[in-house]
Amino acid sequence: MAAPSRDKLGRPVVAVTGIGVVTSLGVGKSDNWTKLTGGVSGIKRISRFPTEGLRTTIAGAVNDVYRDSMPPAELSERVALLAAEEAIAEAGIGSKGRFPGPLYLAPPPLEIEWRDRIGMAEMAASNADTGYPDLMRVANDFASKNGAFKFGIIGEHLAEHFGTEGSPVSLNTACASGASAIQLGMEAIRRGECEAALAIGADASLTPESLVRFSLLSALSTQNDPPERASKPFSKNRDGFVLAEGAAALVLENLDHARARGARVLGILEGVGEKSDSFHRTRSSPDGKPIIACVRNALADAGVGPEDVDYINAHGTSTPENDKMEHLGVSTVFGERIRSIPISSNKSMIGHTLTAAGVVEAAFTFLTLQNQRLPPTINHQIPDPGITLDVVPNVARDAKVNRAISNSFGFGGQNVCLVMALEPA
Amino acid sequence: MSGRREVWITGVGLLTCLGEGLDATWQHLERGDPPPYDDKSFAPYIVHPLAPVNFDKQIPKKSDQRQMEPWQRIGVYAAGLALSDAGIAGKPELLDTTDMIVAAGGGERDIAADSTILTGMRKVTERGAYLNERLMSDLRPTLFLAQLPNLLAGNISIVHGVVGSSRTFLGEEAAGVDAVRIAHARIASRQSELTLVGGAYNAARWDILLIFEQAGTALKDKFAPVWDRGPHGGLAVGNMGAFLVLESREHAEGRGARPRARLSAILSDRNERRPGDVEATLRRQWDGIVAHVDRAHAGIISGAAGLEPVTSAERNVLKDMGLPVRNTGTYIGHGLEAQFEANLGIACAVLEHGKLFAPAGTGDTGASPAGISQVIVTSVGNWRGEGMALVERAV
Repeated sequence: MAAPSRDKLGRPVVAVTGIGVVTSLGVGKSDNWTKLTGGVSGIKRISRFPTEGLRTTIAGAVNDVYRDSMPPAELSERVALLAAEEAIAEAGIGSKGRFPGPLYLAPPPLEIEWRDRIGMAEMAASNADTGYPDLMRVANDFASKNGAFKFGIIGEHLAEHFGTEGSPVSLNTACASGASAIQLGMEAIRRGECEAALAIGADASLTPESLVRFSLLSALSTQNDPPERASKPFSKNRDGFVLAEGAAALVLENLDHARARGARVLGILEGVGEKSDSFHRTRSSPDGKPIIACVRNALADAGVGPEDVDYINAHGTSTPENDKMEHLGVSTVFGERIRSIPISSNKSMIGHTLTAAGVVEAAFTFLTLQNQRLPPTINHQIPDPGITLDVVPNVARDAKVNRAISNSFGFGGQNVCLVMALEPA
Repeated sequence: MSGRREVWITGVGLLTCLGEGLDATWQHLERGDPPPYDDKSFAPYIVHPLAPVNFDKQIPKKSDQRQMEPWQRIGVYAAGLALSDAGIAGKPELLDTTDMIVAAGGGERDIAADSTILTGMRKVTERGAYLNERLMSDLRPTLFLAQLPNLLAGNISIVHGVVGSSRTFLGEEAAGVDAVRIAHARIASRQSELTLVGGAYNAARWDILLIFEQAGTALKDKFAPVWDRGPHGGLAVGNMGAFLVLESREHAEGRGARPRARLSAILSDRNERRPGDVEATLRRQWDGIVAHVDRAHAGIISGAAGLEPVTSAERNVLKDMGLPVRNTGTYIGHGLEAQFEANLGIACAVLEHGKLFAPAGTGDTGASPAGISQVIVTSVGNWRGEGMALVERAV
């Protein structure tokens, strides 16, 4: 028997053997990749609820999956399920209802919905002002008809459906959540705890309140017309991100385990880095140090240098702040070479899928490696003179890409960077 | 992976209805005084409110306090206590590489704003437009930051400077257990040297009680010890913040830190809660630990919350384990994501004082062994998730 494969730091190598994606562009990798490289936008006017009185009236909704009045928990679970089914089928791992490893899930934070709050208020039918004590009076009765709220419900349902092992871990690192889910899976495989892990990011929580919350922080684009032009990362006229829904799943597997069972290796997760920022709740440290340290930590974890990276899948939210700081971060890490490293933002087409983004964009980065083709940053009409990056403007192009990184940055000082590569010969 | 390393608990930060710090909580438990609870403010529901605390001591800037809702203040405070206890507070050279795993629930809602909207909603026909209009004018941007689960960790980074890494786990009790399990595994396998792990819970609010009332699991009307709440028992939610500093033995020794205890084993799992499932999972976990247990010097701290049938299911297994049992829920209430960390902290106090605390209720059985050196801590989630840990005297 051959000696076990080890990475440069002597740890088991983490391969990816299955990928699944759902976004506003469609269901499944094939459809998504065709549209993503065709420069198609999934951003549309919101049709799910009235938008009167809202500053932002557009989103990247998963309209192909949404059915009448599905609440966020149910829709998020649905897109997670679709993505994971695609990934597990591709990996051909385990058996139906038995995935041989743990689940790491990045779900949206769940709360009781307005629909239910209003439903309880109606049931309570109080004559005077309606308050929480009124809701309490009918809550149990209401829940017996409509289902009770459960925090960990998506992870539990997915664990049950796919038969993953052990306690399912649901996590949140804001907009870096998906990357953190992948990281937890990588770490478990490297520890030798498991041969495989299922990492899922899913967020389908487009509601009036979720829009309003980000609106009040001035984080969203208000250029509603035309919707497909609103997300314009790295452009001078960028004015915020576009809230979006989506899900992606990766089957992570010890490389030797994958090879031994004859699985097709889609790529390698070579490294991951993280670094928290204590500067501010929603803003990055102006010196960019945490972002810089995060990317450097990732490269060090992969055992590679800045010269070994061929492409960057940007966090690229299209907010003035993020894109400026990301530019500062990668310019510092990669130095002069940054001018010749293409960096594009999937969010220009699919919007910001929030807790799902880290996995969605890792999935697209693996497709980028596999296809040797760079998805563009669309809507790049007015370059920002302060940002001197090759953002693969507007049109996809072929390129030689052996190794790529994907950045994820979130509120609360969360920074995670993944290093991905093709399978070594 | 060669050579799993020993993991020490080098810091405990606890804030409960019994007071601030592990000592205050211990003294109350040792005396076995009746637990403080509030059956008026949220009548008929019973909650364990936080003991009076001056948040300025751990969160000196008022501007920081204003950016947080109570659950975050409680957590940031308890995290500060744990960092101080471990001797790493205010030491940027250590905090720069200190990892963090926080177990968090959903954020807090603005009860007044919700009530205004629900009241107004009855008088309008265009409900969607009305909701949009009210949300745009009534929601506070700072409230959103209090609603993001990861902003407890974010505030700990800002206030205490913990910036090695930051992860937040979701999902009630299981999140608390998995946070410790993964922190432990990362240190044992050299993925981390020093990790702050914990959670916080603000129970004294209607939006939380609403969730438990939906499930019919909130304790109402009459307080009783966890074990004696009867077939329709419920959980009495408790305000608490509980953080631990976990550290590799060699890192702790290298900086001359003393261990409060060694975290020797920790297991977590799930089942679908069919009849017998909870018992089967707990028995399997006990099977994984029992070989390391010295029965003459061991006891159990149960995290049972008073819900049925799971409290009785756990009690059956505890009986078969055959060790003295104490429950903390009777005294400090049930703090969901924070409960397991609180109980691990209390286990450290048990080991340091060499004895179990006073029993409360019929399930607290057996006399404390003299010179107790091992504590088994259990967690059975109110809906899902079972966990068990072994905490031992380190030296």
